[in-house]
Amino acid sequence: MVNMLLLMPLISTGAVAEKAKQAIDIAYLTQEQNVPAPLSNLDVFIKDKGAFGAELGIDDDNTTGEFTGQHYHLKKFMVPLDGNVIETFNKELANKFQYVVVNLPAAQLNQLADLPTAKQMLLFDVATVDDALRNGQCRRHVLHLLPSRAMRADALAQYMMKKRWTKWFLIIGPTQEDRLFADAIKRSAKRFGMNIVTEKTWEHTYDARRTAQSDVAVFTQTDEDYDVLVVADEQGQFGEYLDYRTWTPRPVIGTQGLIATPWHKTHEQWGAVQIQNRFKEKAGRWMEEQDYAAYLAVRALGEAATRTKTNDLNPVKEYMLSDAFALNGYTGNPLSFRSWDGQLRQPVLLAAPRSLVAVAPIEGFLHPKTELDTLGYDQPESQCKWDK
Amino acid sequence: MILKKKGLGLFLTLALAGVVHAESVFVTLEKDNALAVVDPITGKLIKTVPIGQRPRGIAISPDNKFLYIATSDDNTIKIIDAETLKEVGKLPSGKDPETFALNPDGDKIYVSNEDDSLVTVIDIAKKKVIKQIKVGVEPEGITVSPDNKWLISASETTNMVHWIDTKTNTIVENTLVDPRPRAVGFTADSQQLWVTSEMAGTLMILDAKTQQIIKTIKFEVSGVTADKIQPVGVVIDKDSNRGYVALGPANRVAVINAKTYEVEKTLLVGQRVWNLAFSPDQKHLYTTNGTSNDISIIDLDTQTVTKSVGVGNYPWGVVAKP
Repeated sequence: MVNMLLLMPLISTGAVAEKAKQAIDIAYLTQEQNVPAPLSNLDVFIKDKGAFGAELGIDDDNTTGEFTGQHYHLKKFMVPLDGNVIETFNKELANKFQYVVVNLPAAQLNQLADLPTAKQMLLFDVATVDDALRNGQCRRHVLHLLPSRAMRADALAQYMMKKRWTKWFLIIGPTQEDRLFADAIKRSAKRFGMNIVTEKTWEHTYDARRTAQSDVAVFTQTDEDYDVLVVADEQGQFGEYLDYRTWTPRPVIGTQGLIATPWHKTHEQWGAVQIQNRFKEKAGRWMEEQDYAAYLAVRALGEAATRTKTNDLNPVKEYMLSDAFALNGYTGNPLSFRSWDGQLRQPVLLAAPRSLVAVAPIEGFLHPKTELDTLGYDQPESQCKWDK
Repeated sequence: MILKKKGLGLFLTLALAGVVHAESVFVTLEKDNALAVVDPITGKLIKTVPIGQRPRGIAISPDNKFLYIATSDDNTIKIIDAETLKEVGKLPSGKDPETFALNPDGDKIYVSNEDDSLVTVIDIAKKKVIKQIKVGVEPEGITVSPDNKWLISASETTNMVHWIDTKTNTIVENTLVDPRPRAVGFTADSQQLWVTSEMAGTLMILDAKTQQIIKTIKFEVSGVTADKIQPVGVVIDKDSNRGYVALGPANRVAVINAKTYEVEKTLLVGQRVWNLAFSPDQKHLYTTNGTSNDISIIDLDTQTVTKSVGVGNYPWGVVAKP
């Protein structure tokens, strides 16, 4: 229902009277995480990745709302480590919210999404990178804000192709996530004509002293020469030890070394400095990718609610998935959602620890509609069937 | 934002007084902390002078005596003698000034404070802040109408242009525009406001009486995907015959018929074209090309790019002095 008050001309200093405000309520749902064993003392564990991003998005939406007569409200739910997310959802969110920012792992996301009450909502996934959730297991009421593993792997592959580093040595960690990242790398290699000359699974210890000194050199001796070492180690258990310790001097890319990410502290083009500053002022730390995703989720909702002048789910969602929707992500291209799988269409940054190396899509990779669709599963390849 | 109120009368006065100088084009170089001075007739870079940290926005006083340059990392707007290029004063711009506008009388400066969502109003003679006006998130494009009625501020993240009454310094109207509005410019008769949208790739023309959008032009360039067409700087000639829009990474300037609103042509310039300025006689248009480190000179009679002049790293803003 359109609030008729919005159609009236807005007056005076920009502050609109309280009574004229249309409320847009957003829930933010996450669960406390186990603190992982630290790799080193350099990276402090951040337990609240995502929440500050959502709050910054709310701030920005509400500044706009002051002029449009809308008010955005965020309610955060953090389920304790031993708590039950489904219970919390049923008790606190069901039938109370239309919009939920979900910061949960893949398995829990679809458990939630399949609840009957969730089907009446729009869920913004700000945590998963799984390609399965954007393909065979996609859900029509779930939007994915982070670039999938396939998008990241394609970004790396485009850059490697430009550098003509076509022979890859792929090292895969022991976890299921590492295997999924490796699968994405293999898909990209095939897509861009790269050659994976050697593939090995990391079986050594994760002890810095032993690993660093001897194992890496031995492990990276190969029969066939290669241009780059591609590492699949999402938890960061050993990937950082590879650089400078390989048998032959080769750069490291993948989950460590040169990484593919939607956001990075080295990024400052296209107005990014402004949001980096605003975020740091708010959170007292750099923006992590979950923060960026949550920011974009709340901003996407704000943009759609502003344009459609409603808080109603159907017109908001329809606008969000339409061609008219364009969101600024501070990465040079307008962001939008892929209508076939709910994935946010976005550039992917290629970053070294202290310098931004490139932004994919890399110049020269062409697409009939938008170069952004050279990253990840394009419409003809998608296995997402919305009716599931 | 850049060249306003370059009255013909002033030009004649100078001519009669016998002090006609060769035209100079001033370009801020964001990454060189310097100002480039170009002779547009010969197409030569005359000199480059250090100017302060990260210079971006630039304007010239109506009497052509002073340049105002936002040196963003110095958190000030410097007043520079346009002849000697020596600093003669500083204005309290607030943090990280980038874009700003002079009023037609040249006695006030309005600064967009992007990080704080504010517009700062400065009395130039007193070098004092008169007022700070709360606007939307990330205000960028800013201009004053030639009749001095409206101050316009465009908020990039709020996607609005704010209509501020220059007498009261308060917002009286807000117009929702296409995503990430960048630059704003009035026609000489103050009847129309032209606004570019970086993300939608559009130019919107607003009626200053109703503050409503009367026309939206979506730019298309064959062989360039829509994502690369990111309109930035906009200027309209004094007779409202044609307007010109810099298309950013599409590396082109669009020529728009200001009567029919047709895009007549797009001219290939340097890379990531940002800001535009007319020559004082409006026979030429100068463009800053952010990533190819040059400016392009467009002959407006023939509508062709005649020269490109290498100036230094990240040319940002441009003004011309007769």
